[in-house]
Amino acid sequence: MTDASTGTTALADPDGPAPAGPSARGPRGRDAVAYLRYGAGKLLGAAVSLFAVLVTSFFLFRIIPGDPVRTITHGRAVSEEQLQALRRQFGIDKPLWEQFTQYCGQALQGDFGNSYQLHDPVGELIWNRLPATLLLTGTAFVLYSLIGVWLGTRSAWRNGGLGDRFNTGLSLTLYSVPSFWLGLMLINVFAVGVGFVPGMFPTGLMETGDGSTGLAHALDVAHHMVLPVVTLVAVGYAQTLLVMRSSLLDEMGSDYLTTARAKGLRDTLVRRRHAVPNALLPTVTLLFVNLGHVVAGQILVETVFSWPGLGGLFYEALSIPDLPLLQGLFFVFAAGVILMNTLADLIYPLLDPRVGR
Amino acid sequence: MTAAPLLDVRDLTVTYGTGAAAVRGVDLTLDAGQKLGIAGESGCGKSTLALALLRLLPAGAKLSGEILLDGEDVLAMKWGRLRAVRWAGASIVFQGAMHSLNAVHRIGDQIAEPMLIHSTAPPSGVRKRVAELLEHVGLPASRASSYPHELSGGQRQRVMIAMALACDPRLIVADEPTTALDVMIQAQILRLIEQLVAEQGVGLIMISHDLAVLADTCDRLAVMYAGRVVEQGPASEVYSAARHPYAKALSAAFPRIGDPASRHAPQGLPGDPPDPSALPSGCTFHPRCPVAVEACSVEDQELRGEADWKAACLHA
Amino acid sequence: MTTTDTDTRTKDTPAKSPRALARDRRRRSAARFWRQYRTHRAGLFGLAALALFVLLAVFAPLLVGADVQSVTKAPGLPLEAPGSEFPLGTDKDGRSMLGLLIWGARFSLTVGFLAAALSVAIGTLIGITAGHYKGWYATVVMRITDWFLVMPTLVLAIALASVLSRSIWTIILAIGVTTWPTTARLVRAQTLAVESRPYIERAKALGGGHSHIMTRHVLPNVMPLVLAQTTLVISSAVLTEATLAFLGLGDPTVTSWGGLLQDARDSGATTKWWYVMPPGIAIALVALSFTLCGRAVESVLNPRLGASR
Repeated sequence: MTDASTGTTALADPDGPAPAGPSARGPRGRDAVAYLRYGAGKLLGAAVSLFAVLVTSFFLFRIIPGDPVRTITHGRAVSEEQLQALRRQFGIDKPLWEQFTQYCGQALQGDFGNSYQLHDPVGELIWNRLPATLLLTGTAFVLYSLIGVWLGTRSAWRNGGLGDRFNTGLSLTLYSVPSFWLGLMLINVFAVGVGFVPGMFPTGLMETGDGSTGLAHALDVAHHMVLPVVTLVAVGYAQTLLVMRSSLLDEMGSDYLTTARAKGLRDTLVRRRHAVPNALLPTVTLLFVNLGHVVAGQILVETVFSWPGLGGLFYEALSIPDLPLLQGLFFVFAAGVILMNTLADLIYPLLDPRVGR
Repeated sequence: MTAAPLLDVRDLTVTYGTGAAAVRGVDLTLDAGQKLGIAGESGCGKSTLALALLRLLPAGAKLSGEILLDGEDVLAMKWGRLRAVRWAGASIVFQGAMHSLNAVHRIGDQIAEPMLIHSTAPPSGVRKRVAELLEHVGLPASRASSYPHELSGGQRQRVMIAMALACDPRLIVADEPTTALDVMIQAQILRLIEQLVAEQGVGLIMISHDLAVLADTCDRLAVMYAGRVVEQGPASEVYSAARHPYAKALSAAFPRIGDPASRHAPQGLPGDPPDPSALPSGCTFHPRCPVAVEACSVEDQELRGEADWKAACLHA
Repeated sequence: MTTTDTDTRTKDTPAKSPRALARDRRRRSAARFWRQYRTHRAGLFGLAALALFVLLAVFAPLLVGADVQSVTKAPGLPLEAPGSEFPLGTDKDGRSMLGLLIWGARFSLTVGFLAAALSVAIGTLIGITAGHYKGWYATVVMRITDWFLVMPTLVLAIALASVLSRSIWTIILAIGVTTWPTTARLVRAQTLAVESRPYIERAKALGGGHSHIMTRHVLPNVMPLVLAQTTLVISSAVLTEATLAFLGLGDPTVTSWGGLLQDARDSGATTKWWYVMPPGIAIALVALSFTLCGRAVESVLNPRLGASR
């Protein structure tokens, strides 16, 4: 054994330093520095993206129609004095550059001007409607991510089987269904009632407004939430399922799974401990990149179910059309998606050691 | 061949779902402490053979014959027993360690995993054992907390070897363990494998396309072509005086140090190995064989020669 | 896929011009493609359903006539239930739902095709150039693409549709300019893969300029991918068109499936199943058919993704 151990020492670390670099500071400290650099980069990118959103929201609603006041009046016969008054009221009589700097400064303080129609500050309107939207989106997002990942995993692992074909077929079908139409159908069946199905779920707003508090109130809100959440999940889970399925299929031929099997792991353990964590990464990325679609679903579902959130507000602003409100909502939607994506970027290194080191 | 050998493969045949016959009637024996090299071009069935030993082939593959590991037939085992034998009875050092290690788990956890599955070490002692194993293969114990992408190719291959040793298996199968490495590191890894095998008295099957490497490391050699063993014998004899024309060509394909003749005229082999789903008639090597006669395209050639050194050729 | 034998182009045989050779090769690979496509049952179903819808749309003037849209010449009473005269009942103005549905296919499919064509054209152009020209151009363009990728596209499309005048072109533009980033990313990745192949090097060495390489070598090789992507984009364009129409941003002068649903909602007739069900099913069926075709094409091109048969 002495012979062998000297042999081993002679062999020790002959490959030179690992690609990760010198280990002087120890792996933990090195990781932390690398992570900070990575995180700072992502935050900077998010700041640039947010600024781009700000610019877009400003120009989109001001430049394209030529004269926003014309858009407000929508071709109605309005005297020149009235137009001037309107322009002054909304601060659009100044040069564009001045308007833009003013807009940016105010937007950073959460001030998006006053709504044309409701005359309340846009920021306040949005702030009041935000909780309802967060509640609905958050619940739906968590539910459809979990369902999608779970079913996608099952589908891929039993690739080509009856369950796989059923899952894929159903999700493709639901993915092709317009969310607002599905919402209407669900209202018809489960809120209004059809045939022997009684109308069992209320719709419209998020509470009955009977002044109940505590648990009773929570249950009431949950009751109102069932149909909108079901709609969002139904049209939203498909994409998660399909991505999870295809990324797991990609992983399934991998050598490290053969290693895991060779080690004597049970099939379920090979899947849970080895295949799924690797397949999850592209899926999670896509989940967050596609948050923009969630916003779309949100607007329509809130409109159909009269949910008192930002989506409903967007629809109201659209039918007027209330430009400052649309502008503010556009900024909030886009900023929300960017912030969530940045958050996801900051979390990835915990999921995948290869990211951000 | 005394008593029961460690591994006794009898008439092993593997057919893939597509109809490709990857391994066709292979017989191999290996005693504890012995080192057997299996050589052949890519696609000759040598990696399939390695995976077949632990029934790791994809679901569509059909296996027949017997694989007796310590007298017990792997092909007849129930799933539970098979899982128990995997890694604890025989472990594999895979080729291309980058892809054979899971990128999202730490090295230490991956080495510890089989020990915990097979309970070969108490959970409290696993960390210590992992550190021992890493040092044993020449890596600092602190590497246990690294991820595979933080290691160099040679280091990853060392990790694979440490992992293969984790449960003190009786048999280690090394499938192209040095293919992706540069020559210096290749030599280090080979010395390490040799040394560990000598220390622990395990049986080793080493698979490679490089006959020189195998001849250098192993006691015996088996040369495979189109799913068959075409020559089997003592390593140095097969390497220096092969009887089968394919084995000859394979040993001539690598220039030999100190042999100017081979350097000036490295001999390749024309053509490609046959498609396993459409094999030629007779001796499968005859379309590429420089010494083929008419009979070769009709008659299949059995292994012939002494018990210790056989070749499947008319001329042998 | 089709690149393996591109080399024949340079090894010109005297009998055939390079163009004829290329044409032959394309025809062979198209035949091979169709043989493989045929094995995908879902893809065939999608193709058949699409053919049916396209035929309905093309022959709608013969089948139902343009009068079907007219409110003043409405043949029935408002909101009549399905019966012998109107198999799918009537809408709020007493027009035949079946007729409107068939007529609506024209608009939905036109918007779907044109919007997808615009979107894929932008995406392909950006993808190929970003893959071909490296350096700051690619960096900037890909950053913009990434930014567009996370943008809530529908909100952007709605904003565009709401500030421009109401017409079919507005909708096509709104969908086209907001949905190209996915295509751009895919095409760029494929372009990078194609350009790393040795024959591109050879083309460069033989004096092929940027535009020659991009149009003669890269474009033919990304076309199959673009085809698959187009069908998928049409599917989402049809859905987006319906959505915009439902939100009241459609062209009020034409009949579209989304517009029918908006009518139903505005007139408080959402409980009339014959009013609400058929347009929704039609939208879903068209979107599903395109998706199925796209997936079948994808899995022919990349069998590893496949198994969607």
